[in-house]
Amino acid sequence: MTTETITQAPGPARTTPHSRGNRKQARRNTLIGWTFILPNFLGFLAFTLIPVLAAFALSFMEWTSFAAPKWVGLANFQRMFASDSFWVALRNTVVYALGHVPLTMALALVLAMLLNRKLKGIGFFRVAIFFPYITSLVAVAVVWNMLFSPDSGPINQFLHAVGIAEAPGWTSSSDWALPAVIITSVWRDMGYYMVLYLAGLQAIPAELYEAAEVDGASAWQRFWNVTIPSLRPTTFFVVVMLTVSSFKVFDLIVVMTNGGPGRSTTVLSQLIYQEGIGEGKFGYSSAISLVLFLIVLTVTVLQFKIQQRRER
Amino acid sequence: MTNMAEDLKAPDLTGGVPLRGGAISPEDRRHTTHRRSTRERKKRTTNVIIYGALVVLVVALMMPFIWMVSSSLKENNQVLTVPIQWIPSEFVWSNYTDIWTRIPMMGYLQNSLYLAVIITCLQVLTGSLAAYGFSKVRFPGRDVLFLCYIGTIAVPWQAYMVPQYIMMQQLGLTNSFNALILLQAFGAFGVFLMRQYYMTIPDELCEAARIDGLSEYGIWARVILPLSKPALASLALLTFVNTWNDYMGPFIYLTSNRLWTVQLGLRSFVGQFDAEYAMIMTGSVISVIPILFIFLLGQRYFIQGIATSGMKG
Repeated sequence: MTTETITQAPGPARTTPHSRGNRKQARRNTLIGWTFILPNFLGFLAFTLIPVLAAFALSFMEWTSFAAPKWVGLANFQRMFASDSFWVALRNTVVYALGHVPLTMALALVLAMLLNRKLKGIGFFRVAIFFPYITSLVAVAVVWNMLFSPDSGPINQFLHAVGIAEAPGWTSSSDWALPAVIITSVWRDMGYYMVLYLAGLQAIPAELYEAAEVDGASAWQRFWNVTIPSLRPTTFFVVVMLTVSSFKVFDLIVVMTNGGPGRSTTVLSQLIYQEGIGEGKFGYSSAISLVLFLIVLTVTVLQFKIQQRRER
Repeated sequence: MTNMAEDLKAPDLTGGVPLRGGAISPEDRRHTTHRRSTRERKKRTTNVIIYGALVVLVVALMMPFIWMVSSSLKENNQVLTVPIQWIPSEFVWSNYTDIWTRIPMMGYLQNSLYLAVIITCLQVLTGSLAAYGFSKVRFPGRDVLFLCYIGTIAVPWQAYMVPQYIMMQQLGLTNSFNALILLQAFGAFGVFLMRQYYMTIPDELCEAARIDGLSEYGIWARVILPLSKPALASLALLTFVNTWNDYMGPFIYLTSNRLWTVQLGLRSFVGQFDAEYAMIMTGSVISVIPILFIFLLGQRYFIQGIATSGMKG
């Protein structure tokens, strides 16, 4: 991305032969460039960049709303690793990701393959499947909570109808609350990833399929040997985005279950909120934030490495 | 409604790679007439099957919406019945008139609209200005600065929400719209999206305008902005919808009822009157309608925005 920027965009009239003129031109460009960037940069610096850096520093400090900040080294991390609620939240977050990532990816790919054809009115189907993604989360959570009602909710009525006598308690059961959240989030997100897969599918040259067909490859073989390898860059991107968004899951949980029943759906983001903003333990909550960030970073770098090895 | 298939074909999405539909290829023409006719017949049968499958699939996936709308027109005791009543026995339209007096819905809608409009305007304006600086003006330190922007996109927002909160508390801005505006109007994502688009506009255009004596600000306003209408629309729609749907921001910063957005108001209504099933669904429908309207107006820009920021990221 950056190499691209360096080769591009020569400044105005840089062919001036005199070096003094060049320097003057460079200074003028700097000034002009900054005036364009400044309005956004001031806000970005104050409300994004500085808080990001502060979060790092804060995780090594003890700072509550009652006392002045003081440097405590790794004490926050020791406390965190000894705390039960941290491990519960981490476990729930990982379980959520393990359900959300593969399910969303598989369904998004299936939908994209189904919808990647020239049929009359195909646009309507695509729009409909994409719509949940931009529907307000509160409405989604509220509706699904009712669909999941244990006694007379439509989902359990359906399960009864197909012969499952003991339908799960969903959001009122500590075993089934997390699966209920996962189902809701898969439903909400798959349209978005479907769009990414559609763009990926449409970039595959038709010649590849024709060649495979001439060689006598079955539809299944074409899928495994043409579609899947050609989609690898898209899949890489989808996996990274999905994993990152899974570890960040927050608002859906807050609205749907608020971490309950008990602690069965408490996730890391929620713990950061409760400790930091709820109880004013700024330092401790920042330590959890740092762990969240490191997890997201590790997952991204790891997948990037895997992708690079495959390309070789 | 425009076809999303066409939207995905917009040239800026794939960087010039020609796009094709998967199923029907123009190469078919080369085959013999005989093979074509058997193929075509086979294709027609497949199409019918696919249509059927798609209709079933979409209806199944839209079930929550269908149920939401149907429930919003019922009495409370008719919502969770066995068996499910898909069409209300009696349409209770009064839910849609009563909700305005049950909760200050109008106030919530106004607050949401106010926040969404202000944040969208600021984001689009500052984002497109900064993107011009990052793509069309060359100066030392520019690329490092842009890396900072990209870097923060990768940091989960949750990781720095506490320092942001402390800062707003010290500025005395908690429980005000200003906190949310300041936090959301200068996002790095908007700069990134606009810059990606500006990189596809040839520099020769700017060069020509410079020779014609336009200042850099003139080039931005008269050359680049008119050319980047699709990207501006994408960014504006995405920002508007995100702000409208945002729950956590208002949840953290807005404590007084008179400042609440639709999302907060709806959530609190659910918390207080959890047995008012029908009215809750009515509120949900009302909170979704503006988004549906905006989405149908500009769906192609949503899809393009997602594909642009996604595939080139």
